This record gives sequence, C-alpha cells and structure tokens, in this order.
Amino acid sequence: MTTSTVKTPAKSAYWAGVRDGAPFILMAVPFATLFGVIATDAGLTLAQAMGFTVLVIAGAAQFAALQLMVENASIAFVLLAALAVNLRMAMYSASLVPYLGAAPLWQRACIAYLNFDQTYITSIARYEARPEMTVPQRVQYFLGVATPITPFWFGMTFVGIVAGQAIPDAWALDFILPIMFLAMVAPMIKSLAHVTAAAVSVSVGLLLVGMPAGTGLLIAAGAAMLAGALVEIWTERRGA
Amino acid sequence: MTYSTVEIWTIIIVMGVGTFLIRFSFLGLIGDRPMPSFVLRLLRYTPVAVLPGMVAPLVLWPVATDGQFDPVRMLAAIATVLIGIWTRNVLWAILGGAATLYAAMGITALL
Repeated sequence: MTTSTVKTPAKSAYWAGVRDGAPFILMAVPFATLFGVIATDAGLTLAQAMGFTVLVIAGAAQFAALQLMVENASIAFVLLAALAVNLRMAMYSASLVPYLGAAPLWQRACIAYLNFDQTYITSIARYEARPEMTVPQRVQYFLGVATPITPFWFGMTFVGIVAGQAIPDAWALDFILPIMFLAMVAPMIKSLAHVTAAAVSVSVGLLLVGMPAGTGLLIAAGAAMLAGALVEIWTERRGA
Repeated sequence: MTYSTVEIWTIIIVMGVGTFLIRFSFLGLIGDRPMPSFVLRLLRYTPVAVLPGMVAPLVLWPVATDGQFDPVRMLAAIATVLIGIWTRNVLWAILGGAATLYAAMGITALL
C-alpha cells in the first residue's frame, strides 16, 4: 500500500484511502462482535453497548473498561485505566500535526474522532511515502481509510449484542490483530533508526508489561522514539 | 456489575469525551504552528515506537493459549514481519502471515 506505484490524481485520494482501509474490516468484524457479546454478558443494555462503541471507538480501551466494570472497580479507576490505554493516541495526534495541522479546525476534529490505530498507521505511512500530497488530499485519504472500517465496527458490535455469539475460537481470529498490526508497521521499517526504535519498543514493552493499563507501553514508546531520533542524528553526522 | 444506569452512562460519556480530547489534543491545539525540529524528529518514529511494543506481548503470550508460548503464532508473526519488510506492502504481509498461521495450525493438527 505504501509502495503502490500508480500515481493517484487529487480526486481519488479518498478512494485510495477506502481501498487501503478495506482489509481492516477483517479485524473490525471479530473484535466488534466480541465486544457486543461480552458487553451484553456483562449486563450492558443495547443502547449502552452501542453508545460505548460509537462514542469511544477504541477497541483496547473498551475491552479494558468492560473488564474493570465486571470486577466492579470504582468509576474513577475504570475511567483512569481506560483513558491511560488511549494515551498513545496523543502521540498519534502530535505526529499528525506536521501533515494535517493546516486543515480547518472542524476537519481536524473529525479526524481526531476517527483517529484509531488502523486509520492512523495507514494514513501516516501514506503521508510519509508521498510528501507531495496536499493537505486536503491528506484529509480525504484519512476519511477514506475510516470509511470501510467504522461502519463494520459499529454494525458488528450490534450483531454481537443481538446474536450473542462470538466467532468460534478455533478460527484463531484472536491472532488477526497481532498479524495486522505487524503487517502495518513492518513496511515502515526502512532505516537503522527505525530498526532501533522498534527493538527498543519491543524490549522495554516486554520488560514493563506488568505495569497497569498500558502505562508500560507509553514508557516503551517514549524510549523508542528517543532512540530512533538519536540514531537518526548519529547516522546524519556520520554521513556528513 | 453493580453500577446504576446513571453511573454506567457516566463512564461511557466521560470515556468518549476523554478519548476524543486525547485524540484532538495536539492536532487541535497546535494546528499550523511550527514545531521544534527535535520534536519533529521524535514524532517521525511514533508508529514504529508504539506498535511493536503493543504487539510483542500478544505474540509471546497469546490470549488464546492462556498466555502459553505458541510456536505456531510466533512463526506467523515472524512471517508477517519478514514479508512486510520485503514487499513493503501491508496486504501481502497480512495474507502471508494469515497463510502461515493456518498452514502451521493445519500441520500441527495432523501431527
């Protein structure tokens, strides 16, 4: 996707996004269904489960919150933990600024609402590969990527609530999530600095895996970004 | 679950608003203003800094096997990364990883 050689004319930035977002339907379907099923099992009404999915649209945080709610944790703790899981998206938000900062505020607000792992990674990979894209093209592309994923996320949550049955474990769909995340990030590894950042992310992430609500991941990501930037400076100096 | 309806809706709405504010944060507030070059340098590594750390525990200790290391899933993960780096194409990496997963599952089932 990042390397498709066909030059896209301005108008089709949206459709290019739709095409690149379509594979993630595979990921949205099992997880959205599962959320619908366990939200209902946990005792949420249809409106509450749907409200969750539509207002939050963040799989990992939704599952984390639900788990804590089943354990009757205090409301403050549920909110703190779930929002901590989502804090990585502040990093996503910051890294989109150089590409989308010039877009009108309402467009940035729409993108913020739709800024989850899949839309973010797919879009940022495209922006990096094609620096010639204009700001409106970038906005269109982002909305394009979200277009096939979001309705399935909402719709399949509904199916999960109503049908009350998740996709059987034997299909190993649990592993579709790691495969898709790895498939998204692997093509972006294109220099020693990227390799270093990824390696630091994995090692610190594993080391701090016991820390609550994704806080270990935030530290791992911070360390990895710093490592990547330092290696980049070092390679530039050696090249100069 | 012992929350009242109001409490459940409070959780849902605060989480929705909070998540939006996290996503909007920098993009909304900084907008078009220039950022320091070292910050830009750091931000270039956001995707490769977040995703590998997020996925690594899922690969080493899969939920489906109750956290037991699973050579089949490990193999699928390695195949996905290698194909992704080699082809630079997300779709090929997904297909190759999924094919490896199901092929290896099939082979282990036969053994």
